[in-house]
Amino acid sequence: MEIRPILASLRKHRIPAILIVLEIALACAVLCNAVFMIGQRVVDIHRSNAIDERGIGVITVDGSDPKMASSDIPRNLGRLRGIAGVQAVAVTNTVPLSNNNWGWAFGATPDSRFNDAVNISAYFLSEGGDKALGLQLLQGRFFSSDEYADSKRGSMPLVDTHVVIITQSLAERMWPGQPALGKVLYSKPLAYTVVGVVADVLRPFVNSQKAWYSTFFPLSPDGALSYYVVRSAPQDRDRVVRQAQQTLSELNPIAVVKGHSYTDIRERYFANMSSMAWMLVLVCVVMLAVTAFGIVGLTSFWVQQRRRQIGIRRAVGATRGHIMQYFQAENFLLSTAGVVIGMGLAFGINLYLMQHYEMERMPWYYLPGGAIALWLIGQFAVFGPARRAAAVPPVVATRSA
Amino acid sequence: MFAYYLELALRSLMRNRALTALMVLAIALGIGASMTTLTVLHVLSGDPLPERSNTLYYPQVDPRDSAGHDSDKEPMEQVSWTDGKNLLQAKRANRQALMTGGTVAVQPTQSALDPFYEDARFTTADFFPMFGVLFQYGHGWNAADDDSSARLVVISSALNDKLFGGKDSTGQMLRLEGTALRIVGVLGDWRPNPHFYDLNVTNYAESEGVYMPLSTSQDLQLVHDGSVDCWGNGGAGQRPDHSGTCVWLQFWVQLDNPAQAAVYKEFLVHYSQEQKALGRFQRPPNVRLRNLMGWLDYNMVVPGDVRLQVWLAFGFLLVCLVNTVGLMLAKFMRRAGELGVRRALGASRRALFGQLLVEAGVIGLSGGIGGLLLAFLGLWLVRQQPTSYAALAHLDPWMLLTTFLLALGASLLAGLLPAWRACQITPALQLKSN
Repeated sequence: MEIRPILASLRKHRIPAILIVLEIALACAVLCNAVFMIGQRVVDIHRSNAIDERGIGVITVDGSDPKMASSDIPRNLGRLRGIAGVQAVAVTNTVPLSNNNWGWAFGATPDSRFNDAVNISAYFLSEGGDKALGLQLLQGRFFSSDEYADSKRGSMPLVDTHVVIITQSLAERMWPGQPALGKVLYSKPLAYTVVGVVADVLRPFVNSQKAWYSTFFPLSPDGALSYYVVRSAPQDRDRVVRQAQQTLSELNPIAVVKGHSYTDIRERYFANMSSMAWMLVLVCVVMLAVTAFGIVGLTSFWVQQRRRQIGIRRAVGATRGHIMQYFQAENFLLSTAGVVIGMGLAFGINLYLMQHYEMERMPWYYLPGGAIALWLIGQFAVFGPARRAAAVPPVVATRSA
Repeated sequence: MFAYYLELALRSLMRNRALTALMVLAIALGIGASMTTLTVLHVLSGDPLPERSNTLYYPQVDPRDSAGHDSDKEPMEQVSWTDGKNLLQAKRANRQALMTGGTVAVQPTQSALDPFYEDARFTTADFFPMFGVLFQYGHGWNAADDDSSARLVVISSALNDKLFGGKDSTGQMLRLEGTALRIVGVLGDWRPNPHFYDLNVTNYAESEGVYMPLSTSQDLQLVHDGSVDCWGNGGAGQRPDHSGTCVWLQFWVQLDNPAQAAVYKEFLVHYSQEQKALGRFQRPPNVRLRNLMGWLDYNMVVPGDVRLQVWLAFGFLLVCLVNTVGLMLAKFMRRAGELGVRRALGASRRALFGQLLVEAGVIGLSGGIGGLLLAFLGLWLVRQQPTSYAALAHLDPWMLLTTFLLALGASLLAGLLPAWRACQITPALQLKSN
């Protein structure tokens, strides 16, 4: 395939050629960044969460008298256990992705101050909380009955115990490469010894890489515990949640009682992100369609303009295939110029967004990915006009336009 | 002449319907997407109190101990109980209010209604006059009620509708957390967005249903809702302590001119020095006095996603415009013969240029109308979203005008280059080749 004649002809049609290149470049730049944003959101939405998400229901009880917690909570839990199909129940201060964060900062040394301490989220569990949530133990042990019974809170922000269970991600962050069991988390004057490490559980409020910095503490019945977690087989779950909500509102007439399945809670938490992702998908699809139609329009124009030249080429021996190839090669050249500029532009936009918004660096493979997408779109769009060009009969050459 | 050009333009557009539709659609999609996102941004970055915002200020002081001290750090974003009380009692501004958020269980006396939770604002009396709160019935309370922890509340019109069917409920009793409080006022349609006075609770949502004196809320030990930051050995329970080592209250002042603001800032520095001399503060004075809009900017209230969407939509609009420029160029060039004849018959370049621009304008206007319809559709879609600001996404007259100017400007701009190119043809050559 000879390229020189193509270049010569493009030089004659400089403005339309530049416009196609510009359109492809812009589309490539926007596409790379939009797909990257979609990818980030998809990663966020699918973050792992090592609890039994499909089997859990959560019922919140707000407004019961905190002074009565020590008698109310065992009574409530007892009645919940009586619901058919319930495998485990417990009450916690919050659940992952509930937006109700109990944050604290811990260091690895007794004198850790704010700057080198790590922000974590604290989950307080009533006895059996590990089973109700379906925590997956990786090392060590869960809390003993005594540890649950001895742990009080009173007016303190954290609990009066000396044991803690942490997630694998947090263990890696606090003591990289070392076993976490037996190590101590400090926050003067508090200190907690790690007795177990569990698979990663999300925090109530997720941001960036620190999504799994969760800790679990045992707690005896206390006013802070208001998230009742009931676990059942997934097919029983919705019925169990309904019954549990009814039971708890009968037991606590002045309280506000609301029940949700955990899958609902997760879906609601990520609803914004997923609608943003769908919007981005829509924009990308429409933009590619517009670009494709633009290429179709301009190439059709060229084909019509060059009918005589095509006829002459056919008359002097070019096959239909040659004519097709000519337009395809022309489009390939324009697309190449477009995606080269587009990749540069995409990289620049990414840098700008990184500076001004919470955006991470785009991995390199998005650039060639976007380039290939636009090459394909270009070839796809040019196919129709090129076929029409190939269909021009040689006899056109003999007619005066 | 214009009417003739218009007729020519319509004729030419009708001749090539697919191409015309493509151009109009491209502009409409670009405009629709940009206007949808721009409207959301416009609504979210709006001024919550346009008439008052430049007289409202949010003082900040830095009461922390010297541990982890870093000189260029921002002071704390809220005030402690002690500092809040001190600044309130100093009465150095024209008006001042100390407040925090809370959640209260409303226990309706009507048996038909189950108890429910309602967001509450615990504040001092100046809240209402300072923020220009509108009342439907009754009024706020006064400083004497603050001092005596009076058992009274002001409720929102939404809550009034729910509990009393919208009738004047002032003088009635409302049971909150087991205590009966007398209703003294019902708010009118007052819902500033963003929820500027406490950004910890929520940025864009319904305002609170219940307002009561801060002192009363502390007497009744109601549950605090919002952010609590502590240092030293301060503890954060659900009911933050009144010792000075936690910040959990917002303090707003009204200062009517910049001179007053400068004096007030001076006072904050003096106050910090005085507290340091007393041993309460340990850091050198570090104060801020941002006005309302400055405070919103500092807190980056508008969600980053919204700004990203605007960028993306304008990128998309640019692609659509370049696309339209290309198509229009192709279309105009295809008519070189016809234009050549007109030139040969005596039409000036300017006349041809004008004619082609009219055609571009028609496309732009149609695209603009299409874009407006798409923007209405887009905003309707935004309103179906679960975001807290969803309900606010409406097109106001300003944005309507912007849409039309954007569409027309964009397509005229898109028409410029093709029209100019098409005017450059030499009539003789065109006539000959035909």
